[in-house]
Amino acid sequence: MKIILVGCGKVGTTILDSLLEEGHDMMVVDSDPAVIEETSNIYDTMCVCGNGCDCEVLTEAGAEDTDLIIAATGSDEMNMLSCFLAKRMGAKHSIARIRNPEYNDQSLGFLRHQLDLSLAINPDRLAAYELFRILRLPAAINIETFSRRNFEMIEILLKPDSILDGLSLMEMRKKYQAQFLVSAVQRGEEVFIPGGNFVLRGGDRIGITAKTAEIVKLLKMLGLLQKQAKNVMILGGSRTTFYLAKMLLGSGCHVKIIDVDPEKCREFSDELNGAVVICGDGAQQELLMEEGIGTMDAFVSLTGMDEENLLISFFASSKGVPKVITKINRAEYFPMAEKLGLDSIVSPRKTVSDMVLRYTRALQNSLGSKMETLYRLMDDKVEALEFNVLPDFEWTDIELKDLKLKPNILIAGIIRDRTPLIPKGSDKILAGDKVVVFAGSKQVMDLADIMQ
Amino acid sequence: MNRKQIFYTVGQIILIEAALLFLPLFVALLYRENALPFLVAIGIALVAGLLLVLGCRGKNRVIYAREGFLIVTLAWLSLSLIGALPFVFGKEIPRFTDAFFETVSGFTTTGASILENVESLSHGMLFWRSFTHWIGGMGVLVLMMAIIGGSDRSIHIIRAEMPGPIVGKLVPRVKDTAKILYLIYLAMTVVEIIFLLAGGMNLFESAVHAFGTAGTGGFGVRADSMASYSPYLQWVIAIFMLLFGINFNLYYLILIRKFKAVFKSGELWTYVAIVVFSVAVITVDILPRYEAFGEALRQASFQVSSIMTTTGFSSTDFNLWPALSKNILLVLMFIGGCAGSTAGGLKVSRVVILFKMIRAELRRLLHPRSVNSVKFEGRTVDPGTRTSVGTYFALYMLLFSGVFLFISLWDPFDFETNFSAVAACFNNVGPGFGGVGPLSSYSAYSGISKVVLSFAMLFGRLEIWPLLLTLSPSVWAKK
Repeated sequence: MKIILVGCGKVGTTILDSLLEEGHDMMVVDSDPAVIEETSNIYDTMCVCGNGCDCEVLTEAGAEDTDLIIAATGSDEMNMLSCFLAKRMGAKHSIARIRNPEYNDQSLGFLRHQLDLSLAINPDRLAAYELFRILRLPAAINIETFSRRNFEMIEILLKPDSILDGLSLMEMRKKYQAQFLVSAVQRGEEVFIPGGNFVLRGGDRIGITAKTAEIVKLLKMLGLLQKQAKNVMILGGSRTTFYLAKMLLGSGCHVKIIDVDPEKCREFSDELNGAVVICGDGAQQELLMEEGIGTMDAFVSLTGMDEENLLISFFASSKGVPKVITKINRAEYFPMAEKLGLDSIVSPRKTVSDMVLRYTRALQNSLGSKMETLYRLMDDKVEALEFNVLPDFEWTDIELKDLKLKPNILIAGIIRDRTPLIPKGSDKILAGDKVVVFAGSKQVMDLADIMQ
Repeated sequence: MNRKQIFYTVGQIILIEAALLFLPLFVALLYRENALPFLVAIGIALVAGLLLVLGCRGKNRVIYAREGFLIVTLAWLSLSLIGALPFVFGKEIPRFTDAFFETVSGFTTTGASILENVESLSHGMLFWRSFTHWIGGMGVLVLMMAIIGGSDRSIHIIRAEMPGPIVGKLVPRVKDTAKILYLIYLAMTVVEIIFLLAGGMNLFESAVHAFGTAGTGGFGVRADSMASYSPYLQWVIAIFMLLFGINFNLYYLILIRKFKAVFKSGELWTYVAIVVFSVAVITVDILPRYEAFGEALRQASFQVSSIMTTTGFSSTDFNLWPALSKNILLVLMFIGGCAGSTAGGLKVSRVVILFKMIRAELRRLLHPRSVNSVKFEGRTVDPGTRTSVGTYFALYMLLFSGVFLFISLWDPFDFETNFSAVAACFNNVGPGFGGVGPLSSYSAYSGISKVVLSFAMLFGRLEIWPLLLTLSPSVWAKK
């Protein structure tokens, strides 16, 4: 597809990177010549230097016959205007990043309709939602939902003394008579799509797919269930903090927010009833101790500085907080965070680019690809893909254990007549099913690609 | 520095050359000539290329600007070294320095020859000689991009190989851009062959001359170049030379029907203006020597388009022309064609920017507080480009004088011969004046001068920087 990206900052670059990998023709518009220079050196795109709200610039970028325009500059108004203009000039779809809460609450529907936006993305709210999901189920490092929330994949870190240590997947399945599948395992730098003989070890990061309704039961059986975090401390008063605190307060949690800016603190205490707002420097360990970091169920570090988030999170986990979540924007820091033992990491940038990616996948789907949705898991090393089984798929009605799949591919779920099914060796793929496939990165574009 | 990727890419290029060598091989077989030299050269290229590709396959495919420059230089050097082999093995150009000069002259689209008697060369060799023009014209790395796509950040390679101060893409992907460029190039070459066939030239000569024109090279098959062909054929070649001297981006704009943008191109109009002006002056100047006005116009147009686009075909011995005409041709050698074309020289766009910089400087001297921006193609030229254009010109002159002094040391010919020889090689023109005029050759030069002139041609084709960087030890240092 032909895609125009307006604004190539932090979020823009992440989006650009992932869309290029998907094989789209990208056109980048940015007003900063230095950014343009840098981008055209690193990425295989065409760049136009100029204001993304300027019709001439948009024409030069080819807005008339573009399939999608994504506006991700720092200014909501510019994003809206760029999308609006491009759409009027002939772009088929538009995505705008809109952050300001005032545009987001009541007026968003009206704005979207009037500006004819295909999608409005609020990175802060997306990040807050992801954080909220993790806090609800603290045992998991990460949770992804598939197929209209029919399936969930939870990522769990196996402790060295875990009861699963040394168990092969076959034995595990016999031991726990539940419907689940271990669909991906990360050991060190490597990621495996495991078969039945795969033996789990302590220290592995495993992804388990199960029906959403059975996740809690499963965790209970594995002895991993922790209760939902009730006392949450949030460091840093960003917009994400605001959304997250609102969600947490709505579900009856106690929320403590720490920020250094008195003005922001006043705003927060005005807007959020029931939250304890502390004005002080969160980098001071003394303050954190005084506010009882040791007694918290969860600690979320959301300051604007990755480095600060990393170090304070490290401090919090050393003080024995059961669940520590760190916001990190730079992808380079992910491995470092893992080395520090921080397993739950949220990156708003990545959340946004995943969302855009999913949307473009869906668009392409309407243009003829059979793939429904795509998720990237385990630091992008595994993809979970959802396919509709169309009549041209030849291998229907064969028992799964007789199918000759390529290595590193797993059929992790089947949805038949809207009911999810965790497949066993005796199950079959039928025409009209939906299939969830786990695969190592970038192998599979079509369901037929999974066969040898 | 990613050495593995550099040598890997060079290996790929050598393999491509091996594939390209099959064409002259077929020509040789077709004319029942000795095909062995080509076979041996293909064998050597295959072995060398496979060794490099298999030995240097690395996981890290990322290259930066530095690797881009090195890849381009090494690729061009190895291309020329291997391309020279058939001439040596076939004993048609027995000395390796001569064969190297001839091949570099081919790939850099110079068209300067050391052959005293072209007509004695076999068909296969003649074909290969001209085919190197065609390959070198658009660039062999661009060809590689079009066929197999580039590694990460391959824009650095394109930038180092494509001539001109500002290299842009036509479409978002490097591979597609390269493909479009080659398709336009190929289509125009085919059209020219058809026009030449229509004028009664046989297929072999049509192809050879079309290659020479497309790459703006200038190797022909006859000792008097184009002089003994019919006026129609001369006009066809003259017009196509001019067409290949125009920025290829403009052809793409025509293809996607953006005619307005084409007409707004400042470089194109300057190019046309220079051509028209030079043709007019020279026609008047040489009018007394020819019987009819039409013939004078044809000779003037042919020579102007040949020299301005740095092709180097000739339809008459312009060595005998009056001084004014010869001097105009000499100036045209330095200006060259448009950026983004297959022509050599300084490039029209650089000359235009230089003149505008001079005007801005004059204004600044008159009004010390005035703010002067230089505009080109409707855009302000950013300070980086201004500096690079200025520096390029200075370096160009410096190297020019260096080479000139050096060859004068070894071959003390007269001023006109040596000066025009260096100018013709450096600007990828081919024939000069005096002893290296259109009817003579470079065979009188000593071996060492030939090597130096070969490097001057490479400097001219790759626009100095890549080769200069490769020759400087600090680039290779492990830092």
